[in-house]
Amino acid sequence: MSGLRRFLPGRSWLGAYAAIYVGFLYLPVVFLPIFSINTAATPKFPLSGYTLKWYEELPHTPALLDAAWNSLVVGISASVLATTLGILAARAITRYRFPGRRTINGLIMAPLVLPEIIVAISMLLVMLQLGLSLSLFTVVLGHVLICIPYSMTVLISGFEGFDRSLEEASADLGESAFGTFRRVTLPMVMPAIISSLLVSFTISLDEFIIAFFLTGTEATLPIYIWGQLRFAAKLPGVLALGTLLLVLSFVMLSIAEVLRRRAARRTSNEGGLYA
Amino acid sequence: MTAAVADSPGVGSRRTRRDVLLQSEAVQGLGLISPTFLYAVVFLLAPIIVVIAHSFWTQHYLTIDRTFTLENYRIALTEPIYRDLLWRSLYISLTVSFLTVVFAYPIAYFISFHGGRHKGLWLFLITIPFWTSYLLRVMAWKVILGYNGVLNSGLMGLGIIDEPSTALLYNSSAVIITLTHAWAAFAILPIFVSLEKVDRTLVEAATDLGDGPLRSFLRVTLPLSIPGVIAALLIVMIPTVGDYVTPKLVGGKDGVMIANAIQVQFGKAANWPLGAALSVTTMVIVTLMALASVFIIRSAARMAR
Repeated sequence: MSGLRRFLPGRSWLGAYAAIYVGFLYLPVVFLPIFSINTAATPKFPLSGYTLKWYEELPHTPALLDAAWNSLVVGISASVLATTLGILAARAITRYRFPGRRTINGLIMAPLVLPEIIVAISMLLVMLQLGLSLSLFTVVLGHVLICIPYSMTVLISGFEGFDRSLEEASADLGESAFGTFRRVTLPMVMPAIISSLLVSFTISLDEFIIAFFLTGTEATLPIYIWGQLRFAAKLPGVLALGTLLLVLSFVMLSIAEVLRRRAARRTSNEGGLYA
Repeated sequence: MTAAVADSPGVGSRRTRRDVLLQSEAVQGLGLISPTFLYAVVFLLAPIIVVIAHSFWTQHYLTIDRTFTLENYRIALTEPIYRDLLWRSLYISLTVSFLTVVFAYPIAYFISFHGGRHKGLWLFLITIPFWTSYLLRVMAWKVILGYNGVLNSGLMGLGIIDEPSTALLYNSSAVIITLTHAWAAFAILPIFVSLEKVDRTLVEAATDLGDGPLRSFLRVTLPLSIPGVIAALLIVMIPTVGDYVTPKLVGGKDGVMIANAIQVQFGKAANWPLGAALSVTTMVIVTLMALASVFIIRSAARMAR
């Protein structure tokens, strides 16, 4: 029996497995920075030498700057819209009981489990049927749709377990419904809202398929990267750009996570983005 | 305002007061959620209905002929090229979803049962790579698996192989590896959540009643975490069937998937109805496959007990 027990999933075995698994998850990610400071254009070992020239070239590429600007515009518009719509829905879901609650919630969360290509082509068909010309605006419309489920998850975790007696106290003390929202509810859920904005922005910044189908002539960053991937010689520049994006995403998500935890603590609720 | 009236004592009998309150709550809730709901209806539900409608139509150059036909479905299901792509996509998404779940379960278990104070940190660590640009993660796998890639140059450097292997990149296996990596976080999180909900006293009770660790795991923890396993399976299986980037970058000729064919129909080939029929067929079949998997897992879990 004790011989068998040694092979059962014990703490140390699982710990070692977890470490290896996390290593596997980070494996491709670590190659981006490594090859972005390598002198050779082909990514292979052994490394040929250290350079920052790929980074220095980035600000001198007009197409890249345009794409970055477009991504910024799309990301900000999509995250603000998605968070606004997310706030309304998350508030309704956590605060009220109403008929069709599950169905409506299911539809809103559906983009999470649909292949992105299905979302992309169905929106494309409708846009073309309506005679709307494809532009960054249509990309924003698509991004809002896929950001809402993530925004909702973050917001619901911030709104849930929210102590309603605080709002009732405010109402009893003569505050109007809007006043209660502005002075009691909003300050408590602000971290969750900022967290939702950051998560939505990050998703929009990375999203490729929907932007690929729904944009006209203007490229977002992933579309620019996609174009560059065809040229082997451009790879180190793309890796340098990817490294910068990685750092940016990491910083924004760390802030989002800290804020989400603060929101969850304020409303004394555990769970969160993952729940 | 209505809520305030309903709340004030002495208005009507207890029952009607309750009804008014419930009604106003329903109205307020629906009113609040309606903008988001309408957005989803206009930009998701309606477009999907339009796609389904198109799949029964035909296209002559730039005009759509709206007479009902099943011709597109006949092509989608019987033309060897689409049939093969469909089968391969289903095979890849099934393999990826099962591999992802099998690899994800132990780590979710580790974090939930042995994570201690660092649960949040572990989850954060796991989600970070998933937030890096999807295109670049796929590209990184191309760098790793390529002819002059990291794996080949590493293996040659170690003297294990003499010349670079071409078997690593541009096939279904490369697609499966890349997708299994890309969707890991999506599988770990739902399993973790369901493991967190497992009542620890039940596991203790099983141990106290003489079950060894393996038996108490199989009879208590595993069955109770099945909802998470199923959620993880679905959340990976359904989106991966329509993946476009991975097959395009690392799949080569033998790793092309149905999304690439769908894209061609909406782009170069400009046959929307056929593209629509391919999309609908893919969704219907993957849904059936998902339902079958759920059924099999539930039955297996029942038998394990």
